[in-house]
Amino acid sequence: MKISLTRRYRFAASHRLHTAKLSDEENRRLYGKCDSPHGHGHNYAVEVTLTGPVDSKTGMVANLGDLDPFVEREVIEAFDHKYLNEEVAEFRTSVPTTENVCREIYRRLEKFPAARLERVRIEETSKNSFEYEGERSQDRP
Amino acid sequence: MIRITRKVEFSAAHYYHNPQLSAEENRRVFGKCNNPHGHGHNYVLEVTIAGEPDPTTGMVLDLKELKDILQREVVDRMDHKHLNYEVPELKGKIPTSENLAALIWKLLDPKINNGKLDRVRLYESEDLFADCTRESTNGAGGRG
Repeated sequence: MKISLTRRYRFAASHRLHTAKLSDEENRRLYGKCDSPHGHGHNYAVEVTLTGPVDSKTGMVANLGDLDPFVEREVIEAFDHKYLNEEVAEFRTSVPTTENVCREIYRRLEKFPAARLERVRIEETSKNSFEYEGERSQDRP
Repeated sequence: MIRITRKVEFSAAHYYHNPQLSAEENRRVFGKCNNPHGHGHNYVLEVTIAGEPDPTTGMVLDLKELKDILQREVVDRMDHKHLNYEVPELKGKIPTSENLAALIWKLLDPKINNGKLDRVRLYESEDLFADCTRESTNGAGGRG
């Protein structure tokens, strides 16, 4: 059997969906109210799923005593109460859609040493959620 | 294939302690979960069964039957119990969500005769859950 552990975190941030690759008119048409120039915000919930063997010493896939400070440092401190477009370097060149936020958070958490990152799932609102599992399906046996 | 999920709740006490570690190491590894007086959770268990609906009944399995199995195998065994002392199947194991989900899988899997057990998801709190699934056949599951 396979065991995974999922931990849920929260942060609040603002963003604006807008790309310099399109005209103002096209941005408005594509992103609608999400293109509002002063930005808007969400309460994001992030579910981090780790998998791997259960350590017989601890009974755990990953110790939350290690995971919580790692996520706090890598994600929460960088994203919480920030304007994603300006204050997270990645989003100076890509649009902070929740698809891209998923990928960026996955990239930051992938280096967690104690277990394998299986999935990052983000709820942008209670109605929208997004998941990213990396690109490993092609490069793993 | 259809998946159906049934939810059940139970409340139990536990604490984390490995007798092979020193008191100091136990405190370091398990933090506040090492408090020897124990603490408790309202666990929420979601059990998912996968299968084809029976052409006569339209059901993968009768949910009443699943409800009875969950009551007998999980709730009667664990509800309002101290997991370290009152669940013999956990003897010698630390009652983490991971170990508890794995035990629940082992208890339920042989009892599900209509459809197949697909996933056991055990919430320790709304911010933490463990999933147990059948080992994937292509070897992609778990890190070596």
